[in-house]
Amino acid sequence: MDILAQSVTSGVLLGLILALSAAGLTLIWGVMDIVNFAHGDFLMLGMYGTFFAWSILGLDPLVALPGVVIALAAVGVVVYATIIRPVLRGSVLAQIFATFGLGILLRGLAQFFFSPAFRQVGETASSGIVAAGPVSVGREQVVAAAGALIVSLLLFAILDRTTLGTALRATAEDRTAAELMGIDSARMFALAWALGAGCVGAAGALLAIYFPIFPDVGATFGLLAFVTVALGGFGSVTGAVFAGILIGVVVNLAGVLVDPSYKFAIAYALYLVVLSIRPQGLLGRA
Amino acid sequence: MLLEVAGLTKSFGGVNANDDISFSVPEGAIVGLLGPNGAGKTTLFNCITGFLRPDAGRVRFAGVDVTGRSPSDLARRGLVRTFQVMRVFPSLTALENVQVGALLRRGRLGEARRSALDVLDELGLGARADVDARDLTTAERKRLEIARALATEPRAILLDEAMSGLNPKEVGDAVALVQRLRARGITIVLVEHVLEVVMPLAETVVVLQQGRKIAEGPPQQIARDPAVIAAYLGPRFAQG
Amino acid sequence: MRKRLALAGVALVLIGYPFVFGSATAINIGVLVMLFAMLGTAWNLLGGYAGQISFGHGVFFGLGAYTSTLLLRQFGLSPWAGMLAGAALAAAVAIVVGWPTFRLAGHYFAIATIVVGEITHTIVRNADALGGARGLSLPILPGSFLNYEFHEGRLPYYFVALGLYTVALLVTLEVERRRIGFYLRAIREDQTAAQSVGVSVLQYKLAAAALSAALAALGGTFYAQYVLFIDADSVFPLSLSILIALVPILGGAGHAIGPLLGAAVLIPLSELTRITFGGTGQGLDLVIYGGLIVIIAVLQPGGLVTLPRRLHSPVAPGRKGSA
Repeated sequence: MDILAQSVTSGVLLGLILALSAAGLTLIWGVMDIVNFAHGDFLMLGMYGTFFAWSILGLDPLVALPGVVIALAAVGVVVYATIIRPVLRGSVLAQIFATFGLGILLRGLAQFFFSPAFRQVGETASSGIVAAGPVSVGREQVVAAAGALIVSLLLFAILDRTTLGTALRATAEDRTAAELMGIDSARMFALAWALGAGCVGAAGALLAIYFPIFPDVGATFGLLAFVTVALGGFGSVTGAVFAGILIGVVVNLAGVLVDPSYKFAIAYALYLVVLSIRPQGLLGRA
Repeated sequence: MLLEVAGLTKSFGGVNANDDISFSVPEGAIVGLLGPNGAGKTTLFNCITGFLRPDAGRVRFAGVDVTGRSPSDLARRGLVRTFQVMRVFPSLTALENVQVGALLRRGRLGEARRSALDVLDELGLGARADVDARDLTTAERKRLEIARALATEPRAILLDEAMSGLNPKEVGDAVALVQRLRARGITIVLVEHVLEVVMPLAETVVVLQQGRKIAEGPPQQIARDPAVIAAYLGPRFAQG
Repeated sequence: MRKRLALAGVALVLIGYPFVFGSATAINIGVLVMLFAMLGTAWNLLGGYAGQISFGHGVFFGLGAYTSTLLLRQFGLSPWAGMLAGAALAAAVAIVVGWPTFRLAGHYFAIATIVVGEITHTIVRNADALGGARGLSLPILPGSFLNYEFHEGRLPYYFVALGLYTVALLVTLEVERRRIGFYLRAIREDQTAAQSVGVSVLQYKLAAAALSAALAALGGTFYAQYVLFIDADSVFPLSLSILIALVPILGGAGHAIGPLLGAAVLIPLSELTRITFGGTGQGLDLVIYGGLIVIIAVLQPGGLVTLPRRLHSPVAPGRKGSA
């Protein structure tokens, strides 16, 4: 029983970070119907940024986080302006091709400049153990999850309460109608990339507190983000958060109850099962 | 009766888009389906042509119960439709678009091509055969959609707002086209929200409002029906 | 007529290539180009013509490789027969997997194919009966066409791969000439409209998937016979599935000759950057490879096939003859 409580807890903690990175992906997907296949590599960039802020500047990851978010948001806007905008006139295949290529490029750059070696942020303000009843988890995991929750809530507030957020949702809902109301969709696309990349940058910064960092780290997390987004439902930020927590728990439980080597495969199988019942995802629009 | 709809009901999230609708279409007739936007016309079309499964009620075509059959099955039986939002195959040429329709009855590509060219000529699109559908004008694309449906050699064709977005001359052409189709023995159901288009064409008009059938009859009678006037102009006019 | 002439020219280049570039490296690149041209052609039937974008074709490739290899190891069955068995199995799996997943729209489908690939990869890597993580090596038999093994130079492999590519190309050209070709393109363009004129969408998608899977499986057996060793990480990884999709996308999806163009550019590029810059482990090969993919996508979003058309008539929209 203890081990179950333990793995559910770690699952929720991991799930909150997944949710944040998936929210970034689904935002771009929802606003402009593009899946960014380099999303996992954006996460990798966020992790490296955090690592070097710690190792070179001596900054705690939590202190570095706002800077990392701003840097990644800038990366998002640059990628939108230089790569995505030109391929918008092409087919969906060209868009896939471009973002896959970008992912490979970023991984290559990371290998070239940072070497393939594993890095790990050492002792930080978050280090330690948190125990509650039978459950004890790393304090860094709790801090990272809490951070992810706060950033996710901030994202909700931006989307829900600000004029820009409303404009963004209007563009996602009906681009033509939004344009008729005077909303510049090119600006909204750039904003979606800034927010989307910023979110995954924050997820990377938080994950970097306790997770090893290497050029390919984005591969698994990127794939989990796609699955999370599609499971939650196209363009639904709330759906992404629910699905993120669900996937986090399933991955951890499967690791304990079945076999660690099958933990991701079982989460993926869950995706297939849910989608065969609800093709539009848990909270997606039909 | 070629097409019979009985007690058809369809709801989305508790709201009835179609509520117990019944009407029938004799072979060779032109029937107009009227109603303001949101009256449930397109939903009704989708239920009849198999794109939606009705919650209750039956659809019979040529004496066979076809409720819940797939759209492609209905097309094989001779019931086809066009769409309110144009759905041509954008990167296929006009000829290829119509060939897809023609292949339903003619398995050989050459035969389908000849038959498609005939249909294109008949609809005045012969000169545009090799143009990609996406490069055609709005009126041409509407026409192309009808050509594609016609190439399947249907017994009945359901036209969903085939005349909206056209200028007066184009509307005139479209009206003439519908009359020619009927002269060939094809049964036609027209969905429109503009009364003026339907009135001179249809023998029978069915009027929907908020998912319910509120009137059915010859156009002259419908035009005087207080319920119809109320639906279109608001209740104050109906009393006055 | 011009189309025939062009095909004859391409055939001449492909047959002549290994005699002009005879080094082991050049022939190895040639073999890989032909292999990926055929895999891309297989993918193209489902992804390019029917518009169902799959990032899971590694599954069919791996099924082909494992089926013929296991039949050879366990029962001594000829790899040629094993290749056909693998193709049949892959087609069956495509139908079983396609049935539920073809209901999914757009990106949901693409992600489902990734997920199916990753699940298969995990299962095979952990299945001891399939050699697990250690993989399977193939018995070394006397080199001959009948044994599907050649030990004196790679030239025969090149021609086997060329033969397989030809099969895939002929299947594609035949599909283009039939009702199914029109129906698949109609499904890609607008599946609702296709249904409305009598196309049984699911049935034709399944047919395309089965054909596509069977062809990809042929490539899997070829790979096993070429390398004489297979493991889950070499025949089932996501990166392979993605490469199988990128080749036709680069060349021009939905065009019969597109995958060959894509393979002829992407494979040498990837191999040469790997050979030149890859040994250092510094990732420079990835930088060049990924960077060029991005540049090509930005400059030529319709694929290489559309290049001459754009050069000839920069304004006029594409006009196609109706085959």
